[in-house]
Amino acid sequence: MQYDHILIRYGELSLKGKNKKQFISQLKKNVKQKLREFPDIHIIRARDRMYIKLNGQDHEPIIEKCREVFGIQSVNLALRVENSLDKIKEGALFALNEAGNAKTFKITTKRPNKSFDVPSQEMNQVLGGHLLSNTEGITVDVRNPDVEIRVEIRNDATYIMAGKIPASGGLPVGTTGKTLLLLSGGIDSPVAGYLAMKRGVKVEAIHFHSPPYTSERAKQKVLDLAKSLTKYGHEIRVHIVPFTELQQKIFREIPEGYGMTVMRRQMLKVSERLAKQEGILSLTTGESLGQVASQTMESMNAINEVTNYPIIRPLVAMDKVDIIDISRKIGTYETSIQPYEDCCTIFVPKQPKTRPSREKIHQFEDPVDFSEDIDKILRNIETITFTEHEQQSDDFGDLL
Amino acid sequence: MIYLDNSATTSPYPEVLESFRKVSESYYGNPSSIHQFGGEAEKLLHKATKQAANLLKVDSSELIFTSGGTESNNLAIKGIALQHQNRGRHIITTQIEHPSVLEACQALESHGFDVTYLSVDAEGKIDMEQLKNEIRDDTILISVMHVNNELGTIQPIKQIADIVIKHPKLFFHVDHVQGLGKISLDFTHPGIHLCSMSSHKIHGLKGTGLLYIQSGTTLSPLLHGGGQQSSTRPGTENLAGIVAMVKAMRLTFEKQKHGYGHLIKLSDIIRNLLQKDDRIMINTPRDGAPHILNISVPKFKPEVVIHALGKKNIFISTKSACSSKHSDESAVLAACGLGMERTHYGLRISLSYQNTEEEVRQFCKEFKEVLDELNEVMR
Repeated sequence: MQYDHILIRYGELSLKGKNKKQFISQLKKNVKQKLREFPDIHIIRARDRMYIKLNGQDHEPIIEKCREVFGIQSVNLALRVENSLDKIKEGALFALNEAGNAKTFKITTKRPNKSFDVPSQEMNQVLGGHLLSNTEGITVDVRNPDVEIRVEIRNDATYIMAGKIPASGGLPVGTTGKTLLLLSGGIDSPVAGYLAMKRGVKVEAIHFHSPPYTSERAKQKVLDLAKSLTKYGHEIRVHIVPFTELQQKIFREIPEGYGMTVMRRQMLKVSERLAKQEGILSLTTGESLGQVASQTMESMNAINEVTNYPIIRPLVAMDKVDIIDISRKIGTYETSIQPYEDCCTIFVPKQPKTRPSREKIHQFEDPVDFSEDIDKILRNIETITFTEHEQQSDDFGDLL
Repeated sequence: MIYLDNSATTSPYPEVLESFRKVSESYYGNPSSIHQFGGEAEKLLHKATKQAANLLKVDSSELIFTSGGTESNNLAIKGIALQHQNRGRHIITTQIEHPSVLEACQALESHGFDVTYLSVDAEGKIDMEQLKNEIRDDTILISVMHVNNELGTIQPIKQIADIVIKHPKLFFHVDHVQGLGKISLDFTHPGIHLCSMSSHKIHGLKGTGLLYIQSGTTLSPLLHGGGQQSSTRPGTENLAGIVAMVKAMRLTFEKQKHGYGHLIKLSDIIRNLLQKDDRIMINTPRDGAPHILNISVPKFKPEVVIHALGKKNIFISTKSACSSKHSDESAVLAACGLGMERTHYGLRISLSYQNTEEEVRQFCKEFKEVLDELNEVMR
């Protein structure tokens, strides 16, 4: 006997009424995409859960992958047996033995299939008795068992499982629309992207590149970050914006202390234009209140003025240490801390205004016409698409 | 030529040499240079490190490239001792370690550290009870080799690591130089903090080694410089050597999957053929590593046997190459408590996946002939 199924429990989407069907089909699509390197498995979708029939595949890598898919609350190894008392007994004993060092257990039977003629309570007793008489030194503990063996007698078959492995939760990516993530090379913005994806949003990224002030390596770092986010949402498009000329113009035309605020405003303008063009309905940033000069209340007020698109700021109320924890967990931290200049750090004035006012900004910005520069930028955006399974190509050939 | 001295060094794989040449030729940029050419070199360095990490099932940030096994051992031992001497100044190792471990420990003794050298039994194995008893409050490091370079004895690394995790202040260093690619080691064990490896023992090139440092383990660097490799081992990275080593690791690990049985077979053939000759005593235990076979031929001066075989283009060694220029006696065999007739007459035959059945049979035949010839003269 061996575990032959993985059971996937949905997260919040069991609450989502009419959209539920669409949510589940998106989740199935995402799971299928995620597991495409395992061609032998079969994914079966039911109303309130999903089963993966393993067909002999090793379950461990599959469970690990499932834990990266948003919309899954928890996964379970499950044994599928036919609806017969003997088979169920045998299966329950198997599950207990597989649970390792468990000294106490509890059986919980559910019987949606009412045509099976032993009621749940009675099943608990029958199975408990069977396990006790076939093991040594193991007892029942209904309050605080080492292992809970769950038996679900359904119409098609009975599923037996023990233990529950928590997954990422959230909503299936692709069910709540698309956002344009302002991706710098730092620690925060990839985390913001991850959290947006967790709420079911499909992410495209925009990055402002200012050669020669910023290097190819800084750009590569951003691409690496985007690539590592594909783990959670399969495909990510990265739009690389040639930002040098506009940045130089700001540097020339705007007083030093206000340069950064104006630059941020122009970034949002470019982002909004690109979003419109791509049919994306929101922007996402890694801003966290009070973290740096551009993230004070006054700065956010001054910067936000240029767009009426919703700006999603998943990190706005988070502490830096918590953000770092997430970035380590999702594997972007090591890339983020590589020391290359990005366009935000290069033109930073010695003393940026931490409390810029809208009035002052208008006084300096209004006389300068940026519209042509923005048009030009939009015509010259380079777009790169990453998918999870695709290896990034390099020229190293068979060196390694 | 029949080359049976693979524990001294191995012939580099042609693919490895080719990579070394190509990298030296086309990626000579300094990985720390900020221009694009340096960037390419850095990318290659990252890719190589990542591949090594995947092969060993560890994280890239846990690997430091060094100049070889000797440096890795020194960095691990002195680095931990210096960094954590405030916690304690006691180190435990064994009597049969490689000189780069023993000498490093002796150097620390002269700086006031206290070192316990565990004795071994006749098969070269340490006693776990003795090890447990020697751990004190001020013990900061245990250093034990995985596979002994002269004898092939495999130490119970997992059991030691299981004990180490019960002592939160204790670090465990494994000298894995002879084990890499032959006897698997579970790097994910939380009780293994440091592990040394060398490139030229697995068909890579001399001058490159690796030190695994478990995440969270801190050590003091031996060298100070430009901040490369998280400042743990600064100095411009030897990219060609690193790429060559990682490629050699990949190729060797592939060979290990299918070739391990081959090594056992070769080792059994030699064992069986030599055992029949009552002039020869076999020192390597049955459960030792299959690529090292240590024997003693009493009364036959090892040096003379080596030279006689050398004339026939067959190469084996006396004790380890690193100690064979000193006194006649093998310190490893002596530590095992073996008698004079063994300790002074030890020879080592060491195999690689490239050796063939034909070669080892030929060797056994010629070896006996050499003994016959020498017999006449020596009497």
